[in-house]
Amino acid sequence: MGYQFEFADVLAQWPLFLSGAWLTIQLSALAIVFGLVIGIFTAIGRRSNRVWLSRLCGIYVESVRNTPLLVQIFVVYFGFAGAGWKVPVFVAALSALIINLGAYTCEIVRAGMDAVHRGQIEAAECLALTKAQIYWHVVLVPALEKVYPALASQFVLLMLASSITSQIGAEELTAVAARVQSETYRSFEAYLVVAVLYILLSYVSRMAFWAVGLLAFKRRRKLGTLL
Amino acid sequence: MIAGSFSLTHFEFLLFGAGWTLALTLIAFVGGGLVGFGVALGRISSFAPLRWLIAGYVLLIQGTPLLVLIFLMYFGVAMAGFEFSPLAAAGLALTIYVSAYIGEIWRGCIESVPRTQWEAAECIPLTRYQRMKLVILPQAVKIATPPTVGFMVQIVKNSSLASVVGFVELTRAGQLVNNSIFDPLPVFLSVAAIYFVLCYPLSWWSRKFEAKLGVHVRVQTE
Amino acid sequence: MSAIVKVTDVHKSFGKLEVLNGVSFEVARGQVVAIIGRSGSGKSTMLRGINRLEKIDSGSIQVCGHEVNAPDLDLNQLRRDVGIVFQSFNLFPHLTVRENVALGPRVARKLGRSDTARIVEAVLAKVNLLEKIDAYPEQLSGGQQQRVAIARSLAMEPQVMLFDEVTSALDPYLTGEVLAVMEQLALGGMTMILVTHEMEFARKVANTVIFMNEGRVWEQGSGEILDRPQTLELQQFTGKTDLQRA
Repeated sequence: MGYQFEFADVLAQWPLFLSGAWLTIQLSALAIVFGLVIGIFTAIGRRSNRVWLSRLCGIYVESVRNTPLLVQIFVVYFGFAGAGWKVPVFVAALSALIINLGAYTCEIVRAGMDAVHRGQIEAAECLALTKAQIYWHVVLVPALEKVYPALASQFVLLMLASSITSQIGAEELTAVAARVQSETYRSFEAYLVVAVLYILLSYVSRMAFWAVGLLAFKRRRKLGTLL
Repeated sequence: MIAGSFSLTHFEFLLFGAGWTLALTLIAFVGGGLVGFGVALGRISSFAPLRWLIAGYVLLIQGTPLLVLIFLMYFGVAMAGFEFSPLAAAGLALTIYVSAYIGEIWRGCIESVPRTQWEAAECIPLTRYQRMKLVILPQAVKIATPPTVGFMVQIVKNSSLASVVGFVELTRAGQLVNNSIFDPLPVFLSVAAIYFVLCYPLSWWSRKFEAKLGVHVRVQTE
Repeated sequence: MSAIVKVTDVHKSFGKLEVLNGVSFEVARGQVVAIIGRSGSGKSTMLRGINRLEKIDSGSIQVCGHEVNAPDLDLNQLRRDVGIVFQSFNLFPHLTVRENVALGPRVARKLGRSDTARIVEAVLAKVNLLEKIDAYPEQLSGGQQQRVAIARSLAMEPQVMLFDEVTSALDPYLTGEVLAVMEQLALGGMTMILVTHEMEFARKVANTVIFMNEGRVWEQGSGEILDRPQTLELQQFTGKTDLQRA
């Protein structure tokens, strides 16, 4: 192959790259939405007074955070097959990503909720709010505002980590590089193009999360400071 | 090979792979740590072009999935005409990956040393080199211990991607065992359990450090 | 004159430490009662016992028809009838002044938009902070934040208001604006129980001053007792030790 860089053949495959990027975006977006919801519920469970619930959530979180995503993807993929469910690769990949993100967002959200001063919860109790109302208005909403930057970073990391789902056949961006490589024999160029696309995607998604943060959190928009 | 069941011999093979996981982790940590140290210092350098160069390096590496980085090293070096083993390709990719992330962590720790310490050292007076060596870095090291130990957990987990280029660490060992007995769940659950045993003590240790110090450099990685 | 708050022989210990040692007093509707005493005399604990932020060990507290120590107490209703203002304000930092004050009426009382808005504006006008309605707590001074806290409690339209050393955390030049609001409330007929160090305010505004010591009501009377303390402890507390015992 020598030192000759030949990008022409690789770049001619641009529709393939686009479809791979689109699948990456879809996987990431869905994983983020469901992963965050699971993370929030797990965080609430983790802080619960019921010891069995707190322990269960703790086991889930520690198991996921101390094992590699690649192995989790295999377990989920073969788990579905073992249970006799024929699911499309997309579903298996998405499930693994959701389970993974849920554990990481749990810890982030939990830290935010633990940071709420006891005094505010007392004040809310004295305003005759129910436990659930207090949890939502006084604990969860400010916690989310406070940890939003950390959550956004985690979401970008998840988008990059989605590349691992190529190993079970998901046709996202990294898998496309392999396909292009097999058709053009230009391995390095193919992966270089893909790397550039990921860098672009992470930059664009960071901007998007920042914008969403300003939209969702009025206080941040008005005052410009972090909670 | 006929499909068998998951036996002790298979488990021993997994442990053999785990040994290579640790070896790869060590290589990445030492190599990445050395380069990362340079990254941290470069990021706070008073020489602006150096700062931007290193910042650009960090942005590029942090914007690329590790898997893609591994493939780039694997194919890139082969293109340059060198014979590159999977271990070397994975090791190089991990080293670069670690250097960018740990460099940022350490930069954060250096910058968390209170401003007053910098000023006091400047007023003694000490040269920039002496300031860093005698006053700032020793304190930064203390702040950096919990997130660094925590990041080692990331390195152990990320080493699993070396399997993709054929390096026989723990995950690849699991794939090979599964290929011979076709019983994926016990195999990969055992693989996960071994990773857990490797990682959990480090996670726990890192949290204990953080609690003891009460200082907190917020770092989030996968 | 029926008592709206009736405290009878209340005891409470934290572990071995006996904080409340048989406290008894009554508050009639529309009255202002000031509770004074040294730190550790049990006054804050007593106050917080009235709306069940602290659970008492024995004795009885009757408030607005509720028996606070009863196991089947309707806690939510009690908290609607009794408002409290804290020393550290405890405003919700992520909400504007309007949203802080509206939280009780909108969420706890489930009132509609227009009713909530009416109440919010009325109570903020009462504490003279209507112009800050869209500010965030961090943009306000301590005195302003405390007045918002008072407005927030008033929005629940309570029958009794508790004030737990509400000026102690303020810079001296800010206490005046808060005390002025409290005086207005008293003149408007609100039943108020305040734990305070502000002697002048207690003498001027309170109908009854209760001096607590060692977990008990040590001396009780009108504001006069501050000028003519009968017991040695109150004399020492007010610094009027040169008076002869009557």
